[in-house]
Amino acid sequence: MTTNVAVADGIFTIDNGRPKLLGSRCTNCDNHMFPRQSGCPKCMFNEQEDIELATTGTLWTWTVQAFPPKAPPYLGPTGDDFVPYGVGYVELPGQVRVEARLTVSDPEQLIIGMEMELVLDPLCIDEDGNQVVTYAFAPTQSSTSGGDAS
Amino acid sequence: MSNVAIVGIGMHEFGRTDGVSGMDQGVIAVRRALADCGKQWSDMQFAVGGSMDGGAADTMVSRIGLTGLPFTNVVNGCATGGTALAQAVNTIESGAADVGMAIGFDKHEPGAFRIRGPRGKDWYGGSGLALTTQFFGMKITRYMHEYGISQASLARVASKAFRNGSINPMAWRRKPLSEQEVLDSLMLSYPLTQYMFCSPGEGGVAMVLCRADKAKDYTDRPIYLQAAAVRTRKFGSFEVLAPSIALERDAGPTAAASKAAFEMAGIGPEDIDVAQLQDTEAGAEIMHMAENGFCEHGEQEQMLANGDTEINGRLPVNTDGGCLANGEPIGASGLRQVYENVLQLRGDAGERQVPNDPKVAYTHVYGAPGISGVTILSR
Ligand SMILES: [Zn+2]
Repeated sequence: MTTNVAVADGIFTIDNGRPKLLGSRCTNCDNHMFPRQSGCPKCMFNEQEDIELATTGTLWTWTVQAFPPKAPPYLGPTGDDFVPYGVGYVELPGQVRVEARLTVSDPEQLIIGMEMELVLDPLCIDEDGNQVVTYAFAPTQSSTSGGDAS
Repeated sequence: MSNVAIVGIGMHEFGRTDGVSGMDQGVIAVRRALADCGKQWSDMQFAVGGSMDGGAADTMVSRIGLTGLPFTNVVNGCATGGTALAQAVNTIESGAADVGMAIGFDKHEPGAFRIRGPRGKDWYGGSGLALTTQFFGMKITRYMHEYGISQASLARVASKAFRNGSINPMAWRRKPLSEQEVLDSLMLSYPLTQYMFCSPGEGGVAMVLCRADKAKDYTDRPIYLQAAAVRTRKFGSFEVLAPSIALERDAGPTAAASKAAFEMAGIGPEDIDVAQLQDTEAGAEIMHMAENGFCEHGEQEQMLANGDTEINGRLPVNTDGGCLANGEPIGASGLRQVYENVLQLRGDAGERQVPNDPKVAYTHVYGAPGISGVTILSR
């Protein structure tokens, strides 16, 4: 059985096969940021706390990556093995809109406002035989009937 | 009132020129701009130049002439050319020099830009997110959702660009394409197809600028800079290559640069006779029409159906074919827009000359990570 390893440290944790995004919250103005950073671009205050961001939200906008990105830097399959994937911003209520891969790439199934949840998405196998994963959003079970127009 | 004039312009053809480096295309543009106003490189008191992949602009002096002039390199994403021009204007307005040049050139590898993070920390590109094309698809998807713009309008914009490019001898894409051909081309980043996107390319542009009160020493047809404004993003603006965006929304750097430029010039959008707006893809031209103040959000649908932005329309937009037909050599692209407006204001745009006897012209560039540059020119 292969082990999941994150594409990089400090972006998300893996807990029971589910990712949690690592963000920052400004202790002065409550601005939420991803990935973590010090310094708040909203209020210019310099004290932020580390938080885990919400794992569910709604789809704010999207596109479909239909051609293989250049590798490097892309770590996923390219050439004939390339698989199109969705890309979107998911609004985490009261926090921030996070850019992410989407597990769905069919335009017919992507609707602004639909409910999404955070999942792990495999990219490649590293030289030690581990499964390299990144984070992605997938439609929640209840969202397949369509979303509202937020 | 304007204190700075453009008195000479030069361009190296856009597109793919095998065997000619990006910098050589810049050098050719410089020589053509000097010839346009009958001056020598040794007459130039300063230069500002920029390129992303073509090498440091200031090294070109080893070929043009080692005159000792101060030469400043600028790099500001797609707004590099606009920034070079704004710096040249400021240099003259400050009184530091009477005459100098703004220069931009580039030569990129084919395909979407390869954007990489710091070594060992490239989770963003590694995950397949660091593509400018994705941003364009996502921004127009949201915009279409909010303001009711149709995919047919995207095709109209692209088809207009190639039609205009087909009558521009300096353009890269010279073949007209119908709206149906645009819609039927390969889907790259939904809802944008292959022919709705511009490609990274090659080219060079240079211009000679001088104090307005000395312009007649250089040319009998000076074009005056009424405004040159550059603005970066504010909190809440939706920008390219952003792993996250705030819930709060800002109108963005284009709206800010546009407002600043109109204030500098003391005029409004209704006074503009011809405009070159950043059209990295068809959706960008549509959104930038409103962000620059030429219409309300959503009105573009009807304006495009009316043909308002055609060469013979109420507000001709991207008369030289824009980025779509010319490609995007990052360093040169913003100056290409200014070059086109100088031709239009001189009445020298040939087959694509706008018929409204233009007196005031507008340019707009937008680039990563959220920067816009606007110029307003007049006869
Ligand atoms: Zn803050």
